[in-house]
Amino acid sequence: MKKLSLRQQKALTGYLFSLPFIIGFIFFFLAPFIQALIFSLHRLVIVRGGYELVFTKWENYRYALTVDTKFVPTFVETFLRMLLDVPAIILFSFFAAILLNHKFRGRLLARSIFFLPVILGSGVVLALEQTDYMRTMMEQSANAFGSFMSGPALTNFLMQLKIPYQLMTYVINVVDRVPEIIRASGIQILIFLAGLQSISGSLYEAAKVEGASGWQSFWLITLPIMSPIILANVVYSIIDSFLAANNELVVYIRSTAFGGAGFGIGTAMGVMYFGAVAVVLAVVVAIMSRFVFYQE
Amino acid sequence: MLLTKERRQAFSYRSSQFSISVFRFVLIVGISYIILFPVLTKISSSFMPMRDLGDQTVNWIPKHPTLDNYRLAIEVMNFPKVFLNSLFLSFLVAFLQLVSSTVVGYGLARFEFRGRNLILAAAIFTLVVPPQMMMVPLYLNWRFFNLYGLLPNGGLNLMGSYWPFLLTAVTGTGLRNGLYILVMRQFFSGMPKNLEEAAYVDGAGPLKTFIRIMLPSATPSMVIVFLFGFVWQWNDSFLTTLYLDSNFLPVALSNLSRSLAAYLEMTDVQYFSLIVNAGSMLMIAPLLLMYAVLQQYFVESIERTGLVG
Repeated sequence: MKKLSLRQQKALTGYLFSLPFIIGFIFFFLAPFIQALIFSLHRLVIVRGGYELVFTKWENYRYALTVDTKFVPTFVETFLRMLLDVPAIILFSFFAAILLNHKFRGRLLARSIFFLPVILGSGVVLALEQTDYMRTMMEQSANAFGSFMSGPALTNFLMQLKIPYQLMTYVINVVDRVPEIIRASGIQILIFLAGLQSISGSLYEAAKVEGASGWQSFWLITLPIMSPIILANVVYSIIDSFLAANNELVVYIRSTAFGGAGFGIGTAMGVMYFGAVAVVLAVVVAIMSRFVFYQE
Repeated sequence: MLLTKERRQAFSYRSSQFSISVFRFVLIVGISYIILFPVLTKISSSFMPMRDLGDQTVNWIPKHPTLDNYRLAIEVMNFPKVFLNSLFLSFLVAFLQLVSSTVVGYGLARFEFRGRNLILAAAIFTLVVPPQMMMVPLYLNWRFFNLYGLLPNGGLNLMGSYWPFLLTAVTGTGLRNGLYILVMRQFFSGMPKNLEEAAYVDGAGPLKTFIRIMLPSATPSMVIVFLFGFVWQWNDSFLTTLYLDSNFLPVALSNLSRSLAAYLEMTDVQYFSLIVNAGSMLMIAPLLLMYAVLQQYFVESIERTGLVG
């Protein structure tokens, strides 16, 4: 056998290391992905020892969009909620990361509390919480914060500020969802904090010597350096909100596929869902990457 | 005159520092309260007996704390069994995901080869596709498993076994596995090149270099990947109900009020809420314990984890 050059050897090692994922991607991801696209155009019948496909063209899509009464409203609602939540999550987690990056006593404790939602913020426990009787009761009795921050008091306050109506409804909606937003921000805070810590302190010192205020160095140093991380976090938050276990659309697609309406229609819904996710991500990345600043 | 001006400046500096720290303190306490509120509610109500619920003077701390809620939750959920099942599965999956994402991440970070960026893009792609879209094909493929005709016969039925989890974890295509590959790749990309070259010069092969030189310094990232893998598997009810059965903790918990109604032959929203809260505590307690042990990796050494490169 001919001896490989060092470069070829390295390339081969690289392939060997990545091989598990290449195999897995082809068999457990790409193949089912393509199959899903095919299934969405078929009616699927389970027969003895396997299944058969009956080609129905766009029938499944037509059914999901025009016959099914719950799919379109749930779809729209899920997307609106995502549009509402993601900016709030990004703003909050950026702010929280800056807060946690300060040096103060009890910082470690504060950090471990802020990251706690990473552990608790997903799955069944969260879903149970939302309908829990005890929680609503305790919230009513203990939440002076809630009554001050939401409802008529806040609306009046915002009215007096004379801010535009749309912005006002947005703020009110967000404030209503403050606990959800804070609890969806764990990983984003973690990522932002890691980014903030990677900025070298000498940049700020130089800016200070040049007479820049803290405000200026935030806009001219922190924000540009953090911009790729903001983009990454926006993408992560969008994906996270789409995949959340308590996402109504997800639950609905699932119950459609395995109960009643059939595999084909459920898969067609899933394909449309994926299409919409892809479009949203592409648009967001295209718009945001114009503002992203890369070092080097 | 000069002195007083300086003094005044020093004073205004100190007072602004002071007001900033007060502001910060209030904010942090407020946010912590919002985060901890559901946990505190759970702890409080899981120890609360029914008679304290009607008592107006009882708010947070039960007057007659009881373990009955836990006892009932443990019995109705069949807790020892589902707990061990979940623990075993989550450990196994997290460990295998850790191995595969470390290996693949290293390969993608440190070797130049054609198609490398394509593989990276594929890893990101796996994150973007909602598993619900592929639910049906996945179900059918594990039900009639023959690797798309590579295996003979009509195919094996792998439903109800751990195989779907094992195979996807080993090949880095499990639940959110793409994310872990990215994290590990990001970490290894940041390691100095000459570390490896020194090992090669000393005659160590790539595998030996990987295990002896690279892995020890990757511990913080690996801990985080393991923790995430464990937590997501522990909380996941989507794939466990799809591939396996309901004998796992998240499923047992989400069915708890229904099983309670069958077991006690009655329905009482308030009473059931107490027991479900006890059940939730049983589910999150191991996570909290793990987090308490491993949290130093989160809070102290984020800069070393390579989450951001």
